[in-house]
Amino acid sequence: MTKPAIKAEGISKLYRLEHGGAGSKTFRDLLTDMATAPLRRFRQIRGSDVSMEDFWAVQDVSFEIQPGEVIGIIGRNGAGKSTLLKILSRIVEPTRGQVTLRGRVASLLEVGTGFHPELTGRENIYLNGSILGMKKREIDTQFDEIVAFAEIERFLDTPVKRYSSGMYVRLAFAVAAHLQPEILIVDEVLAVGDADFQKKCLGKMREVSKGDGRTVIFVSHNMGAVTTLCNRALLLERGQLVAEGPSSEVVDRYLVPVAEGVTGAFDLRNTTARADNFPKIVVAARVMDESRRLTLTASPFQKIRIELDLVPPFPMRTPMVDIGFNNARGERIFLVSSNLSPTPLGSANGISTTSVTFEMPPLYPGRYEFDIGIMPVSGRYIDHITPGGTIEVLHDNYLQTSYPYFVEMGAVLVPSRWESAPAVEVVERETARII
Amino acid sequence: MNNDIAEPLPPSAVPPGAADKGPLREMVIRPRSGWIAVDWRELWEARELLYFLVLRDVKVRYKQTVLGVAWAVLQPFFTMLVFTVIFGRFAKIPSDGLPYAVFVFAGLLPWTFFSNNISQASMSLMNQQSLLTKIYLPRVFVPAASVGSGLIDLLVSFVVFAGLMLFYGVGVGPGVLVIPLLVLLTTAASLGVGLGLAALIVTYRDFRYVVPFLVQSWMYLSPVIYPVSMVPPQWQPLLALNPMAGIIDGFRSALFGLPWNYTTLSVSSFSSIILLICGLYYFRRTERKFADVA
Repeated sequence: MTKPAIKAEGISKLYRLEHGGAGSKTFRDLLTDMATAPLRRFRQIRGSDVSMEDFWAVQDVSFEIQPGEVIGIIGRNGAGKSTLLKILSRIVEPTRGQVTLRGRVASLLEVGTGFHPELTGRENIYLNGSILGMKKREIDTQFDEIVAFAEIERFLDTPVKRYSSGMYVRLAFAVAAHLQPEILIVDEVLAVGDADFQKKCLGKMREVSKGDGRTVIFVSHNMGAVTTLCNRALLLERGQLVAEGPSSEVVDRYLVPVAEGVTGAFDLRNTTARADNFPKIVVAARVMDESRRLTLTASPFQKIRIELDLVPPFPMRTPMVDIGFNNARGERIFLVSSNLSPTPLGSANGISTTSVTFEMPPLYPGRYEFDIGIMPVSGRYIDHITPGGTIEVLHDNYLQTSYPYFVEMGAVLVPSRWESAPAVEVVERETARII
Repeated sequence: MNNDIAEPLPPSAVPPGAADKGPLREMVIRPRSGWIAVDWRELWEARELLYFLVLRDVKVRYKQTVLGVAWAVLQPFFTMLVFTVIFGRFAKIPSDGLPYAVFVFAGLLPWTFFSNNISQASMSLMNQQSLLTKIYLPRVFVPAASVGSGLIDLLVSFVVFAGLMLFYGVGVGPGVLVIPLLVLLTTAASLGVGLGLAALIVTYRDFRYVVPFLVQSWMYLSPVIYPVSMVPPQWQPLLALNPMAGIIDGFRSALFGLPWNYTTLSVSSFSSIILLICGLYYFRRTERKFADVA
């Protein structure tokens, strides 16, 4: 019977927000404001002023984490993730509730906390290590490994202010990665550094949790990393814990916005995404799944249907319709076009609905925007909406890998099968073929 | 690879009754209020951190300076020179029969140590906010490290002072053996004030403007440039409430073999310790809010 490594019971954190204030309206107000300002400031800082608004950054959050678990905490900006981590790392005290931690805790909320630019790499390893809670003896025994991990051997005795930002981050993470706490708390630190190093860090983190049964709590916006690294995830919304469970389920829940009114149908009559001089031909777009239910998400290889309601101002004999998909960086990833299909579209006049069905390619998970363009015959758009709608490609790990996904891997992630045969067999086979 | 080396907690880290609960230490985070005791065990376990913070402060101070450690020599030396000319020559302040330069330097030794400690320690938290908001560590160590690095400067100043004594041919009595004790008292008093001010400044930034003024006024309330004997006897116990009064006076008695003023010394020792306790507990009381307000 193991006790939980972390047990949070109803933790809440209250912050007081200073009200915008009405401002000084007259010179007299200004003068009285100035006169009473110090007193008011004092009250505000003490938190006894009535013009403060209460804000619960974290509200009544309870959970248990077993030793050896890797937990992802996800949520939008301002959902309370960082505050929760700060409570767990003892940096801020909860307003209510309590947390029981079993084991040595180390937290990594920022890369290189306490690094001093004037000190050399070597000096900073010891300084940063001890700030993170390592003993000198521990740093001594791991020193060479840290240096090798950071790949800074040649610059060990150079002040870190002369380091490139990449070297700086590598060194900082290397120190932290060699911490050996029972509980490791990591905030979005992997957002920095180059892709290769990120992979290395994620690998190291996996090693940490699997190898020695350490508990890791991990906040990230990289849903790929969360799904592959974490066995469970917690989803925070406005300071409250709204979902908890296997990471892929919680990630899906996070990626599907449940806000009302957002369904996958896009009203394009008065969209600002259309240039002013275009006539309003496409008035609505609907994204649907195979059973013609509106959807905002698609899995790779899923059949997707997009319907466009057209109101052409003049008859179009063979209109051409393009729908082009762009990724979050605005790069065109693929296009479905009536021109690029076996059969052209029939003529359109009056109100009509044009639809296209296609198989969603195995895109890198994330949000994609699609542009809609209409051409009557020739090569100029007569209506062009950029973007006409969005679709979220889900991360359902269709590659069935235990490796995290990275944007740098490419826009399309193609499932593949690999095998290797002993060299002898290959020789035999080749020989057989020759004979 | 090296995992087997670092894991077992030192025996001292496991509380006596913890064996039945397994080797892991349990820690409970919950809202606290009021006065919070000092966690001495935590401080002891993290003592190496204090060492590295002191090392950092010392190294950083002299990096990228042309003269390096010479600054620790030049600063007190020139202050001594200026004071000797202004207060010794022009104002003709008595110096208990000693050369004024030696007399004033003996006062400047503990005073410079004390005032630098206060200035550095009080700003330490504000200047290193990431240590408050991005990590948990025994925060008492941050101002304490400033005091620790001050000790190195004090050591250098002692060397200068020895040279000065030789120059003036002033001998040293067996009283020097008391010096470490007096340094300890100065450390206690300055740490107390430094902790208190550091905590205040994190919360109320205004107080950083108070520090230079406070230090300057404090110097005139301490017998740095004048001997305690200049103060009317009935006021001397009151003066001794200022810990630096007894300490500076003690420094001179110890170095020059002058008669000891036991009342002044004991009152000052007492007030040093009170200052340390007050500073430490005020710091502890406000510490839990540091990350919220920093």
